[in-house]
Amino acid sequence: MIDVQEYPAVWLQMSGCSGCSVSVLNTVAPSIRNVLVDELVPGKHVNLRFHPTIMAGSGEPAVDVLLGGLPQKGYLLICEGAVPTKDGGAYGGVGELDGKHLSMHEKTLDLARDALAVLAVGTCASFGGIPSGRPNPSGAKSVQSVLEEAGIDVPVVNIPGCPPHPDWFVGTVVGLLLRGLPGPDDLDELGRPLVYYGKLVHENCPRRADFDAGKFAQHPGQPGCLYELGCKGPMTYADCPTRQWNDGQNWCVGAGNPCLGCVEPFFPDGFDPMYKKISEERLKRFAVSSKE
Amino acid sequence: MKKIVIDPLTRIEGHLKVEVVVDGGEVKEARCSGTLFRGWEIILKGRHPLDAQRITQRVCGVCPTAHATASSFALDDAFGVADRIPDNGRLLRNLILGCNYIQSHVLHFYHLAALDFVDVTAVADYDGEDDDLQAVKAFIGRGALGPFVPRHEGDYRFSPEVNRTLTAHYVQALRARRLAHEMLCIFGGKMPHSATIMPGGNSEVPTMDKISTFLGKLSEVQNFIDTRYVPDVLAVAKVYSDHAGVGGGCNRYLAYGSFDLKGENVDPATRERLLPQGLVTADGEFQKIDAAQITESVASSWFSSPSKLHPSEGETEPDPHKEGGYSWIKSPRYDGKSTEVGPLARAMVAYSLGAEPLKGIVDSALGELGAGPDALHSVLGRHAARAIEAKIVADAMADWLLALKPGEPVCADWAVPDEAEGMGLTGAPRGALGHWIQIKDGVIDRYQLVVPTTWNAGPRDEEGQPGPIEQALEGTKVKDADNPFEVLRIVRSFDPCLACAVHVVNAHGSDIRRFRVA
Repeated sequence: MIDVQEYPAVWLQMSGCSGCSVSVLNTVAPSIRNVLVDELVPGKHVNLRFHPTIMAGSGEPAVDVLLGGLPQKGYLLICEGAVPTKDGGAYGGVGELDGKHLSMHEKTLDLARDALAVLAVGTCASFGGIPSGRPNPSGAKSVQSVLEEAGIDVPVVNIPGCPPHPDWFVGTVVGLLLRGLPGPDDLDELGRPLVYYGKLVHENCPRRADFDAGKFAQHPGQPGCLYELGCKGPMTYADCPTRQWNDGQNWCVGAGNPCLGCVEPFFPDGFDPMYKKISEERLKRFAVSSKE
Repeated sequence: MKKIVIDPLTRIEGHLKVEVVVDGGEVKEARCSGTLFRGWEIILKGRHPLDAQRITQRVCGVCPTAHATASSFALDDAFGVADRIPDNGRLLRNLILGCNYIQSHVLHFYHLAALDFVDVTAVADYDGEDDDLQAVKAFIGRGALGPFVPRHEGDYRFSPEVNRTLTAHYVQALRARRLAHEMLCIFGGKMPHSATIMPGGNSEVPTMDKISTFLGKLSEVQNFIDTRYVPDVLAVAKVYSDHAGVGGGCNRYLAYGSFDLKGENVDPATRERLLPQGLVTADGEFQKIDAAQITESVASSWFSSPSKLHPSEGETEPDPHKEGGYSWIKSPRYDGKSTEVGPLARAMVAYSLGAEPLKGIVDSALGELGAGPDALHSVLGRHAARAIEAKIVADAMADWLLALKPGEPVCADWAVPDEAEGMGLTGAPRGALGHWIQIKDGVIDRYQLVVPTTWNAGPRDEEGQPGPIEQALEGTKVKDADNPFEVLRIVRSFDPCLACAVHVVNAHGSDIRRFRVA
C-alpha cells in the first residue's frame, strides 16, 4: 500500500443551520469525493472522524470519537455555527454520554486545546452571525472569542460567509496540507484568507459602471447598481463577483438582489435593515482596512 | 427493561436526542428532544418585514428555499399582492423550490438514510473498472474509515454485489444533488440561502441562455431519478420488506400543498397546486384544510405560555422547571390531533384524491412489491413517497421551465404597509410549512413558524397523545438493543430537521427531567 499520511479532522456543528456543510458538499474541483475519500493532495488524506450529518454512527459510537478517539495535538478542528454560551452552555449540546450533557461550549474548548488549528467555517462560527443577532437569546459567540476568553492559544482561521463558498473552505484546507498554517501576510485583520477575502465586492462588481454613471435600480430585479436598495458590496470583502456560486452559475447581485455583506462581522445587526441604503455616516463605521 | 439513549442521532439535519424504553424486545415508550436553542422568532422581532425572507432561510441550510417561499407567501398576503404574481414569478418560484425538493430527497435517501441499509465495506473486494468504486476501495485499503466507521453492526442484508452498486450510486448521488443546487443557483443567485424569492415574485429574470443551461442539468438529474433513485428505493423495499410493516405513526396526514399552478387565488387552502393540499384522517377520509384548525400544545413542553394557541397568536415563554415537561419542542395539532406531515402525507392526500400521475406510480410500485396501500404507513412508505415525489416534481419542472417567457415581468410592485398581517402556507421537502407575520409601525411585531419537524417530533399533548415519531416508535420490535437499527430507521424515515423544529425552543437544562427506568 502506498504511504499516505492521514490528517484527522473533527467537524462540530453548533448554533447554525448546517448550511455551511451543505455548501461544502457543492464543491466542484476538488469534488466532494476527492475531499472525503481520495488523497486531497498527493500523499495526504483528510480523515474526517466526526461530522454529525454524514457519519455512519449515532449515539455512543459517535460520541466516543470525541472522547479519547483523537490524537493529541494531531487533528484539525472545524467549527460550524456559533457557540451558545448562556446558562452554562445549556442551549446547545453535541451529544450525551452516561446521562451527561456535553455542551457545545465545553466541547469546543476541550477539542481546541489539543487541536493543531481551528477552522471557523461560516459567519456564525467566525463572528456570531444571525444567532447572535439582537437580542442574542442564546448568548451566541464566535469561536475565536470563546477561545480567547478561556485563554486557549491555538491558531484560528476564519472562513465566513452565510454560507461560505465551498472553494473558500476546500482551498484553505488544501493550503494547510500543502504549505502548513497561513502566515500573517496570508490573512486579514479578521483572520480571513486574503486570497478569497482580499478585495471589495464593489471593486469587481459587473454593475460598478452603473454606480459610477449614477444608474440605480429602484426595485430588486431591475438593471442598474443596487446600492440604493441596500447593497453592502462597497463594505464587503469577498470574491463572489469573479468566482460566482455553484460552479459559476450566478451570484446574489447577478440575480438582481443586493449583497447582504454576509461575510462581514456586521452581519446581520450592523447591516440592518438589509434592503435600506446605508448612510454615509454609518458607512464610515464599517471601514475595515484591507491588506493588499 | 432497558433504556436506550441515542444522542446525537446523526445523519439528520440538526441536533436530536431519542430515548426509548425497551421491554421484552419491544419499544414501550419513546421520547424525542432537540438539543439546540437559537431563538429565531425572537431575533426577527423589530426587523424590517422584507428581511424576513432572507433571515428565515437561515433557519435551515437544507431547505432555506422552502422558508423563502413560505415567507414570501406571507409577505404577498400582508402586502396585498397575492393575486398579482406574474406567471414568470410563479414559475421561477416553483423551479427554485423544485430544485430544493430534489436536492433534499436525493441527499436524504443516499447520504442520510442509506448507510442504515447498505454495507459500504463490501467495496473492499471490488475488482471492476468503476472509478468511484476504485476510489472507495483505495480509501478502505488505507484503513482510516471515518466518517463511515464506527457504525452500528448487524442488519446489512444486501449481497456484496448490490452493496457495491448502491455504494456507487451513493457517490453518483453526490453529483446529482450538486446539480440540483446549480440549477437552483441559475434563477436563485446562490445556494444554500438563495437571494431572489421576493414578495411579488422573483428578482432574477429568465433568459434563453439560463433556460438552456437549466434544461441540460435537469435532464441529467431526471435520468438519475428514473434510473437510480426510484429503482434503488424499490430494491431496498424488496430486501427489507418487513419494514413495510414497521414505523407507521398516527396514520393521519396533512399537506398544505406545494407549487402553485395559477397566480390569482389569494387563499392557500384552495389554490390549485401540483401537490394538492388536504387532510387524510386515520379512517382514510379526505378533508379540505382549514388553517384555523391548527394549534400548538405546550402541555409537555417547557413553556409557561398558554397552550393550544393558533400560530397567529403564538407565544413563547420558556419555563425549564415546568411540571410534566420533557421537551422543548411544541406540539402542533390539527383539529386537536397528532398529524404526520412530509412526502408520505402529501402522497396520501394525493392518493386519496386519485390524483395522477401519483396514483398510477404508487399503484404500480405496490404491485411490483406485492403490497397493498396499507404498506404505505411505514418506513418504506416514507422512502418510496419521497422518491416518487422527486420524480413528479422533476418532470413538472421541465414543463415550467419551457413555460417561462423571457422579457415578461417576474415581480409585482408593492409597498411595505405600516400595519398588516399575513399567512404563508407551502410544503417544504420535509412537510407542511407555515409562516405567520404581523407588521406594526412598519416593522415585524410577531413572526411565527410552524415547521414540518415540529409536527412530526413534538411531544405528548394535554390528552396524552404522543407525537407522530413517538407513535411510530412505540410498539416497535428491537432485535438488538446495542444496535437499534429499527429505531434509527424509523426516526430517519421522517427526515427530521431539528434546526427547523427547535428554532424557538431550548435544549436540555442541567435539571432536565428525565424518566427513570426500573
